Amino acid sequence: MDPIFVFEQLLNGLGFGLMLFLLAAGLTLVFGIMDTMNLAHGSLYMAGAYVAARVHEASGSFVGAVLVAVAATVLVAFVLELLIVKRLYARDHLAQVIATFGVILIADDAVKAIWGPSPVMATTPAALAGPVQLLPELPYPAYRLVLLAVGLLVAVGLYVLVNHTRVGMLVRAGASNRKMAEFMGVRVGRVFSFVFALGAALAALAGALMGPISAVQIGMGEAILIPALVVIVIGGIGSVRGAFVAALLVGLVDTAGRAFLPPLLRSVLPPALAADLGPAFAGIAMYVLMAAVLILKPAGLFPARA
Amino acid sequence: MLKLKNVAVSLALCGAVAAHAEPVKVGVALDISGPFATIGAETRDGLNLAVERLGSKLGGQPAEFIQQDFAGNPEQANQLVNRFLQRDKIDFFTGPVASNSALAVGPALFAAKVPFLSSNPGPSLFAGKQCSPYFFGVSYQNDTYDEAAGKVANEKGFKNMVLIAPNYPAGKDHIGGFKRLYKGTVKDEIYTKVGQIDYAAEIAQIRAAKPDAVFAFLPAAMGINFIKQYVGGGLKDIPLIAPGFTADQDVIEAVGEPTLGMLNTAHWAHDLKVPANVEFVEAFRKKYNGRYPTVYAAQAYDVVMAMDAAVREVGGKVADREAVIAALKKANFKSVRGEFKYGANNFPVQNYYLRVVDKDASGKLTNKLVGTVMEKHQDAYVGDCKQ
Amino acid sequence: MSDELHSAAIPSSGGVARWLPWALLVALALLPVVGAQLGLDYYVGFVRRMLIVMIAATSLNFILGYGGMAALGHAGFIGVGAYTVVALVDAGVSSAWTAWGAAVLVSGAFAALIGAVSLRTRGVYFLMITLAFAQMLYYLAVSLSAYGGDDGYGLYSPLELGAGRTTGDAALFFWVVLAIAALVFSFASRAAVSRFGHALTGIRDNETRMEALGYPVYRLKLAAFTGAGALAGLAGALLASHNNFVSPSTMHWTESATLLVMVVLGGLGRRWGAVLGVAVWLVLSEVLKLYTEYWHWPLGLMLIAVVFAAPRGLAGLFDDRSSA
Repeated sequence: MDPIFVFEQLLNGLGFGLMLFLLAAGLTLVFGIMDTMNLAHGSLYMAGAYVAARVHEASGSFVGAVLVAVAATVLVAFVLELLIVKRLYARDHLAQVIATFGVILIADDAVKAIWGPSPVMATTPAALAGPVQLLPELPYPAYRLVLLAVGLLVAVGLYVLVNHTRVGMLVRAGASNRKMAEFMGVRVGRVFSFVFALGAALAALAGALMGPISAVQIGMGEAILIPALVVIVIGGIGSVRGAFVAALLVGLVDTAGRAFLPPLLRSVLPPALAADLGPAFAGIAMYVLMAAVLILKPAGLFPARA
Repeated sequence: MLKLKNVAVSLALCGAVAAHAEPVKVGVALDISGPFATIGAETRDGLNLAVERLGSKLGGQPAEFIQQDFAGNPEQANQLVNRFLQRDKIDFFTGPVASNSALAVGPALFAAKVPFLSSNPGPSLFAGKQCSPYFFGVSYQNDTYDEAAGKVANEKGFKNMVLIAPNYPAGKDHIGGFKRLYKGTVKDEIYTKVGQIDYAAEIAQIRAAKPDAVFAFLPAAMGINFIKQYVGGGLKDIPLIAPGFTADQDVIEAVGEPTLGMLNTAHWAHDLKVPANVEFVEAFRKKYNGRYPTVYAAQAYDVVMAMDAAVREVGGKVADREAVIAALKKANFKSVRGEFKYGANNFPVQNYYLRVVDKDASGKLTNKLVGTVMEKHQDAYVGDCKQ
Repeated sequence: MSDELHSAAIPSSGGVARWLPWALLVALALLPVVGAQLGLDYYVGFVRRMLIVMIAATSLNFILGYGGMAALGHAGFIGVGAYTVVALVDAGVSSAWTAWGAAVLVSGAFAALIGAVSLRTRGVYFLMITLAFAQMLYYLAVSLSAYGGDDGYGLYSPLELGAGRTTGDAALFFWVVLAIAALVFSFASRAAVSRFGHALTGIRDNETRMEALGYPVYRLKLAAFTGAGALAGLAGALLASHNNFVSPSTMHWTESATLLVMVVLGGLGRRWGAVLGVAVWLVLSEVLKLYTEYWHWPLGLMLIAVVFAAPRGLAGLFDDRSSA
């Protein structure tokens, strides 16, 4: 197989993985630290995408649009935490799932009421709209390279934040043993609010950045929520490092499944059977990966809690 | 439980009271939420425009259009149709966007002898083996758009192509339709996951295959995702050919510039010079803030006009189903696509056009009519229909 | 997972609890007769569907409410049951009992296999691994072109119930469903207070303790999970006959989520919880859709309200009232 093609697919896999990481990082932080399953994380992603798309169209500034989207979503998240999520921290996962599922239902109808049922336009900033010549034989979308860079930056930023700052220490303390942290005088409520806002900001960033290469429409949050959940479960809930590794793994496996599995099957199976099975296998690759990981390590690759 | 039953009974009574007024009843199952919400909204807008222009009447008779969301879920569509049939006692049915929902509700409607006028899907089963005198594919048969696209590819001299569609039967049907008339070489057929978000891997495959052009059947969000990423990936110079719904106004509005130059085929265009169409497009743009109608809005409008003509022809006696379907079969209404006739399977024998995404006088992106691809074209399944 | 939402059903006192189920059963049994008189055929069908969903919800309530196993893939088993019927009908089987029986066995087998793997995990990991398996089944069904794939599969002739009668006989099929639902319900109620049920509740509350006491924890959980999967498959088979149509959308993860929501709404681990939850959810969504296209948010609001105001579910509200 052409090495450039393989390299390109590798890059694609990493890119998709990093996009999932942006969403999964917030999800896993909230989950790991507050022990709270927030299904409405996908709705925050949707909010980020919508606000960014509208502001970008109105102002013409993409960077400005992303910043406004993040700010607006953090504001929404602040209200959401105050009204609902805060009261869920002490509840069990099932109560959290049900209540945040309720939030999804409300959010989807709210978006429909504000922006209508049709998808809205989210354009790629003109400077990044075309491809750049990465190798003589390989043009690559400039915008995707930016996504790769942002994804990596966020990963590094989170690493520094969690491991080398005071806030990170509190966060880690909260994640590994909430009771102990409280006992030591950590103002857990504040840490929680901060983490929830951070998660929302990351979700909004992911949504705003994904807008130009995907459909900005109602339900977009639910569609990407499942892969993001798969990522945090594979990584071990609460572990940012786990989410990073798992996101890249899922991105690579999913891309490889789509790029290499169908031709492989075609070379070993009768064409009709291969045509049925290839895409089916490619579609479930990430779920098979998750099941396999959980069979070997029932608490994910990097369990955050003992 | 008792309280719940009261609700049920009072609802039923409402239904019974309404039945005494005896308007013509039309059940409309809409995709207002769910995967086809955008198209559902277009269907509703086209339908409501027609209803408004007819003064809420069909053939001069008072008519009631019972519209309800079924969230694009075939099972919910099935339940809704049961209610339409058993409680509301509808005289006509229309609305669902997708083939799977149409296939789910068809049998119950046919058994109850209620005409189903499709405002979009034209599944091959209903055109062939399971055709019914009660099904009218007012729109088109699924494969015909792709057949037209295949012919366009021949005319443009595309010698080898890559075809891409979601991995479900409709995707395979559409690719089959394209291959029926396309004479060049198919370099690769790519089937993608239903509801896929990222298409980077497929785009890399296309680039590696170096085709003359690409045929893409990717409806709704999948099409939006794909086209955005296709152009961003530097494949702008490889032309995209698509059946009309992958490049209709809804997709254009959501994608913007990258759709510029996309070739697509349809049985209708908003700049088609037919008097009824000029009138329709003008009224539509007036009612909906200057928005161009999509093919879905045009079809829904046509469906209501077809009902109107049929009710008029039978003098309002919609209970005489035989007469109603005979009247419907005449297609004796001013369709926005111009005159057409039904084949033996109740699917239209009609023209198909090539459209290209371009800018209008005010710089707005929209489809422009290029020319006629096929005249009086009939679908490939009519031979399988024994009726 | 803490267990504020779980709490064993309080044995209801007084005669009401004793005769109410029977009265309800009689009322429901009369529905097709009365309904036909009053032209309420649609509501007979609606209640029939409600009863089928109640079977599925009851099975989920059993493993979730009593067993503490939060499965987010229950719709997968409903789908397996439905597709078993499709496969048999496609192969020429026409007896309802054969098709439904096979659906129970096949979905039970799937549940045993999936459970054997999934039960190695706990809590959210269990939630996600069951979801993963259901998603695999969903994508499998979507690409199964032999059974219509995403288009679904229409069951054009009704199944035979014996003595020349078929599921096409609306009233008879209603009674069959009612009888099955009543049997499942009483079976589940009995199982919940049996030694098996008590062991399961014990595991839910403290697994380590039960293990120390010598209970075969894993096997008990697997048995419950398999039984619940088989019952969900039965519901799927009945749903296939009810709709005369099967499509992969039955298995979509949102269907599993909705089932979970209905069970929690009604009251986890409560005898009437699943039944109540299904009734309230289905009736509300049916009614709301009549009046507005914005019918999702009131349901969402209700869920949030229930989580905060009635943490033990709607069935819990009744307990409070009767004890007050």
